[in-house]
Amino acid sequence: MVYDVTIDGKRYRLRLERAGAGWHCRLDGREIEVDAILVRPDVLSILIGGRAYEIKREYTATDMHLWVGGVSYLVELHDPRSLRGRRGATADEQGPRKLLAPMPGKVVRVLVSEKQPVEAGQSILVVEAMKMQNEIKSPKKGVVQKIVAAEGANVNPGDVLAIVE
Amino acid sequence: MRVIRACRELGIPSVAVYSDVDRASLHVRKADEAYHIGPAAATESYLNFDKILDVAKRSGADAIHPGYGFLSENAEFAQACSDAGVKFIGPSPASMEMMGSKTRARQEMEKAGVPFVPGTSRGIESAEHAEQVAEKIGYPVMLKAAAGGGGKGMRLVHAPGELKSALEAAQSEAERAFGDREVYVEKAIVNPRHIEMQVLADEHSSTVYLGERECSIQRRHQKVLEESPSPIVGPDMRRRMGEVAVRVARAANYTNAGTVEFLVDQEKNFYFLEMNTRLQVEHPVTELITGLDLVHLQIRIAAGEKLPFRQEDIFLRGHAIECRIYAEDPDNNYFPSPGKITLLLSPSGPGIRRDSGMYEGWTVPIDYDPLLAKLIGYGTNRTQAMARLTRALHEYFVGGIKTNISLFRRILSDPDFQAGKVDTGYLDRLLKSQPPDIRRDDAEVAAVAAGIFAILDPTSAVPGNGSLSPNPRNELASGMATSGWKRAARVEGLG
Repeated sequence: MVYDVTIDGKRYRLRLERAGAGWHCRLDGREIEVDAILVRPDVLSILIGGRAYEIKREYTATDMHLWVGGVSYLVELHDPRSLRGRRGATADEQGPRKLLAPMPGKVVRVLVSEKQPVEAGQSILVVEAMKMQNEIKSPKKGVVQKIVAAEGANVNPGDVLAIVE
Repeated sequence: MRVIRACRELGIPSVAVYSDVDRASLHVRKADEAYHIGPAAATESYLNFDKILDVAKRSGADAIHPGYGFLSENAEFAQACSDAGVKFIGPSPASMEMMGSKTRARQEMEKAGVPFVPGTSRGIESAEHAEQVAEKIGYPVMLKAAAGGGGKGMRLVHAPGELKSALEAAQSEAERAFGDREVYVEKAIVNPRHIEMQVLADEHSSTVYLGERECSIQRRHQKVLEESPSPIVGPDMRRRMGEVAVRVARAANYTNAGTVEFLVDQEKNFYFLEMNTRLQVEHPVTELITGLDLVHLQIRIAAGEKLPFRQEDIFLRGHAIECRIYAEDPDNNYFPSPGKITLLLSPSGPGIRRDSGMYEGWTVPIDYDPLLAKLIGYGTNRTQAMARLTRALHEYFVGGIKTNISLFRRILSDPDFQAGKVDTGYLDRLLKSQPPDIRRDDAEVAAVAAGIFAILDPTSAVPGNGSLSPNPRNELASGMATSGWKRAARVEGLG
């Protein structure tokens, strides 16, 4: 398998092949000696050149993170041969962007209306959780295409709140 | 959970109550019996006397342990229990009422000769009067509105020259804010510590103290980390504080477990602040260094038993430090971060106690205080306790929600904390300071792991998406790409 892996914004080309009980692994062309077992879902024990790491995988509503030691790395993974992967890799700045609820809560205020132009970073709605209010901001400059969540709606993490075009 | 465990150890069946959103909570799963008492809103469930007492009656419960939230310091509830013939595990309603009123508590405690922050307890008449008082107690002094609160009508005065104008300003501010220009003078305690003393009293007039807890590490007046003993309290100071705490408890005819809180200045003078008439969240540190089980003792006292020891039988041994693990987002100003716990790896090993209410697959409700667990490190001395706690914090992993675990790593690695130099302003200062650099040199390890995960464990569920396709995150990630500032915030927050 070949992957394009982006860690905290830096891109790597990873080639992985099973070799008996272990792996043949090349990272950006360099050979790496790797032994890995999945100890339970979302937890990997990896030995790299004899050094032991326990890697934890975590998803937020929007991202995937891998924890190595006490440090979290933001990870994007694409299969360069997959059509969806390629499209996903280039769609960042163009096209409609969904605003997702980062936490369970209640929409207490909608600050913009549909068709309204907005700036990147402008607050679109306010979600309240545990009596604290959290502003959900536009990820880009554009026009509000749709407000999906109405005032008073209860939302779960990952729910689409609004779409900015 | 703490109380259910103690009951089981003593062979007492336990009965839990729960609201709509707590059906899946650990205490409901682990109790012998559990009864639903209403909706999430505490006023209609956990604060509703009738519903709780109705469950007590239906289940045939002899006693109610109020825990340390909701009704635990409510004298009316204690009275309602007594009227319903159910034993309230705690002090009498009269003691709770006395300590619940600041002014009554102060009057009674002054009679008992308990030290207060020096000053006038009533309003001052003139600038000359204020100058006399300030001269007597020593500068800096604080002017406070008698009707006050929230910092209104308060002025810090460093020297005699500033007093007159500060007094006039405080008086007019107090008049505007509260319609009452009465102002009093108190000695200003610069960088105080918050140290409290655990007391225990049976119903046969025996009262003991069980050592202090250092609780200066606070944020928004909420304790975050507590330890016992305090790094600044020696045997003599402990005895003097303990004797005052026992005097406070006796003056209130206090029974069961209670805590006397003190403000301590830089010269180690201590002043009575208030008494908490319940078991405290941070009681485990006292249990670890005394070897006593406070909940067992609470239940035995409530059953009318005598304390099985005297003051001279109590010895403190070792050092214990507690971290309050909250569902809070360190990258977002410690905002509550409820949600589903997707992965939980818990520490264990020498000198570690973990009192936890969370489990994997549980959704932290948005409705209540987001305390998830208490992690306590114990050792023969403070250095060993810190080392064990630090080690355990590195073993702890809570996935799916944000927690403040990284904050404790930062506190424990801070030289001031390690030297025991803490006061109530410590945590705000620490959070304003530059976080220590984090080595992020395992990016390549993460890259390799990402690929192996994709092959070995491709179908792990993604919260908030529901899709089980092999790479569901690509679509999500492209829908809302993570920006540089978000990454930067995350890096900073990891300190």
